[in-house]
This record gives sequence, structure tokens and C-alpha cells, in this order.
Amino acid sequence: MQNASAAAPYFVDFEDVWLAYNDELLARNQFAVEAIDLKVRSGEFIAIVGPSGCGKSTFMKLATGLRKPSKGKIRIDGQPVTGPLKISGMAFQAPSLLPWRTTLDNVLLPLEIVEPYRSQFKARKSEFEARAIKLLQSVGLHGYERKYPWELSGGMQQRASICRALIHEPKMLLLDEPFGALDAFTREELWCILRDLWTERRFNVILVTHDLRESVFLADTVYVMTKGPGRFDVRRQIDLPRPRDLEITYTPEFTDIVHDLRGHIGAMRKQGAVINQ
Amino acid sequence: MNKKQLERWSPLILMTAIVVIWQAICSIFNVSEFIFPSPARIWEQTVEYKGVIAQHAWRTFWVTMAGFGLAIVVGVLLGFLIGSSRLAYAAVYPLMTAFNALPKAAFVPILVVWFGIGIGPAILTAFLISFFPIMVNIATGLATLEPELEDVLRVLGAKRWDVLVKVGLPRSMPYFYGSLKVAITLAFVGTTVSEMTAANEGIGYLLISAGSSLQMGLAFSGLLVVGIMAMAMYELFSFIEKHTTAWAHRGSQNH
Repeated sequence: MQNASAAAPYFVDFEDVWLAYNDELLARNQFAVEAIDLKVRSGEFIAIVGPSGCGKSTFMKLATGLRKPSKGKIRIDGQPVTGPLKISGMAFQAPSLLPWRTTLDNVLLPLEIVEPYRSQFKARKSEFEARAIKLLQSVGLHGYERKYPWELSGGMQQRASICRALIHEPKMLLLDEPFGALDAFTREELWCILRDLWTERRFNVILVTHDLRESVFLADTVYVMTKGPGRFDVRRQIDLPRPRDLEITYTPEFTDIVHDLRGHIGAMRKQGAVINQ
Repeated sequence: MNKKQLERWSPLILMTAIVVIWQAICSIFNVSEFIFPSPARIWEQTVEYKGVIAQHAWRTFWVTMAGFGLAIVVGVLLGFLIGSSRLAYAAVYPLMTAFNALPKAAFVPILVVWFGIGIGPAILTAFLISFFPIMVNIATGLATLEPELEDVLRVLGAKRWDVLVKVGLPRSMPYFYGSLKVAITLAFVGTTVSEMTAANEGIGYLLISAGSSLQMGLAFSGLLVVGIMAMAMYELFSFIEKHTTAWAHRGSQNH
């Protein structure tokens, strides 16, 4: 990395990380992901793209500390990762909101679990609620705080899910194909919401997706992951100026980058089987 | 009458039809009341013996509720245990399935030896027959938790206990209320069966003594009363279910 912050310790630092899901697979040298080297600056927005089943979700499990690597070292925020990290928030393709809680109570859930909020939850509840309402407003969910998730549309549920991932002000946001199940218009709307939240708060984002336009529009750096075993093959810095407007996705520069990334994925696929595309 | 109203009143209409046909058959073929009493005769005897029936019915009712209460406590605790621990699930579940296959009426003679004639065997039979569905439903609710939901909390450093209390238990509530509806009707079966051989009071006892003195009308009123009590309790739990776990019934026709 050529930039000025290269000397400072990285926020996310994967050093030759390998993972096999169990000892048997390890003995047979079958890894879900292998030889992952990843350095992410503080506040950087990275996206990981790749075909389905290439180990993206496995990578997420490593980054959150839900799984420990079989080989290699992971350091996040200067600390070796030994268990689940409380400094991260997570959102998935399915909004997975709890249907018996209102939208507001769903967003408050992390504060009932993470310290130091947990022990102050009863005493500072109204303050936390105000914070959650403000966050919901910022993603356009004003007036839906007391509604139940099943009374919201898919896009609204996903926004609430992102609010839940951000309410405890994590330093790192992990998104696992968060917009995959939405229609194209809603998806672009949520890109902008995520862009604005990130611009305002500058947390680290790791976005896993198979939408190349999404990755190029949002991220500072895009990594292309290959399949079986999962590896990071291509690293591509996106130098498009910020703040980025949706219009940028129709410029030739943007399309060229997408096309280039598409070329890498196409090349990988052809190694396996000949598909005319 | 529109379709919705028809649907609402359909159970009542069907029941009236059955009673009318039943009465017609008894009157036309002049069936002896010692073989098969007519609805009119059953009603006559119900009114005649209402004091006695009420007394026995009350006994059956509270005995059933005691057994049912015990079933809730034990069912929830066991369900919680086997739903939250894979080891406990593996160890307990096969044994419980085997136990559930045993006819609970067969326990009555043993319970009589241990507790004597009276409320002991009746409460315990009601308990034995009704705790199983409660346990299974709680366990299912806990064990079928979506892994993503669990990950959302575990990423935050939630302990197993947090996941159980915040997600597992609320999520298994609809299963729990659903099981109560099944379990309460079973509990009435248990009490009645037990009272038939091991009590001097209760609807079961009334059925046996009415039968042995050929008071068929009275025997049928006994059945009627158990049926009404079970149905009333079923409706009560159904009402509670709808009002406490409405989120689980969204999209049903009630909306």
C-alpha cells in the first residue's frame, strides 16, 4: 500500500489465514479459505465479491471472531481475535428481525447485550430510545418505530436491520449480502443510505456481495474471491471521487471498473467449465 | 347469511343437526333408554341430577387443573433442558418417546398402590398424559432457532443464556400456547380415566356408577359435562394464545 497511513497499524490485519471447518478436513488439507492476507486501514470501506460458495461467509465468520483460523493470525483494532468481537455489528441478507418486538425494540436489542450499555439499559432507556429513533429517522423509517417488522416492506426491514447493526456504535460493520433480496430500485436507495451513514460516522465496513456495481459504488477497495478453496485473487482500489452520486454508476469510468472486475470473475469461471457468456 | 357468518356458526348448526337426527332416530324406532337414551332423556336426567353432576364436575375440574399445572411446570423445565442442550436432547428424547407410547391408564393401578384411592392417582394421571406435548413443543421452539439470528447476538458477545432468554423463549411461546390447547384436553382424559377405577368422586366415578345402575341418561350427561369443560378450557387457551402471540398468527384469516 502506497498511502500515508501504511506505517500505522492496520485496523483489520489478516496474516496468512487458513481455515478448515474441522480436524478431519484439516488432516486432508481441505480448506474453506486459504492464504488470506488482508490489510484494511481504519475507516476503510472494503467489498468482497465472488461467486456463491467461494467462502465469503466463512471469511465473515473469521472477521467477527465466531470462528478461529486453523493457521495464521487475525488482528482487529490492534488486538488478536480470540472470540466474538463486541466492536462489530452485523447484518445479513435476511433482515432476521424478531417478530415479537417492535422495530424500535429490535434496534435496541444490541444495547441489551453489549457492555457498557447493558448494565445501564434500564436507567438510560429513554436516552437509548431517543438515539434509536434518531437512527431510524436517518434511514427514512420515521413513524415506523412502533410497527412490527412484519408490517414493514422488505426494504424497510433491511434498513431496520442495518440500524440494529449500528446502534451500539461499532467500529466495524459487517454486511453479508445485505441487499441481495431487494428489488433494484430499493437496492440503490439503500446504497445511498449506507453511503451516507458511512460518510457521517466513518466506521470500517466489510461488505460481502455478488453485485459488482454495488461493490464499486460503495467501496474504497474491492477484493475478488475465488472458489474452492476461497482465496483473495484480485485487489482493486476504486479511485472514484467521493462523495459519489448514483449518477456515477452511468459514467464510463465506473462501467470500465465493473467490466474489468467482471473479466476477472469470468476468467475464473472458465477454468472450471466452458460457459459461453 | 353471508359466508363469514356461516363459518362462525357452522359448529353450532352441525351440533343442532346431530341432536335433531339423534332425537328423531330414538323417537321413530322407539329405542330403549337403557340402550341408547335420546337427547331429551339425557337433558331430563341432567336437570334432575344437576347438583350431583355439578359436585362431581367440580372435583374433576380442579383435579385436572392441578395435574395440568404440574404438567406445565415439568413440561416447560424439561423442554427447556432438552431444547437448549444437545446432550440432554440426545439422552432424554428417546426415553421420553418410549414413555409417551405407554398407555397412561396402565399407570393407574400402580399409582393406587402408592397413593391410595382419591385425588393422588387422578392428578398424576392427568399430569403424565399432558406434560409430553408441552415438553416437545418448548424443546422444538428452542431447537429450531435460525442460526443467523443466533449469530447476530453472538457477534455482540452474547452468552448462551442471553440467546435463550432474548430469542429462544419468546420464539417458542406460540409453540407453548399451541401445546397447552392439546395438553388441557388430554389432561381431562387422564383424570376421567383414573377416576373410573381409582376414586369415589369425579365424573369418571359418576360414569361408572351410572353405568352399573343402568342410568344411561346420567352416564351421557357425565360425558357431556367433560366435553364442555374441555372445550371451554381449549377456547380459553386459544384466546390467550391469540392475544399474547399475535405476531405468530399474522397473515391468518383473522386479519
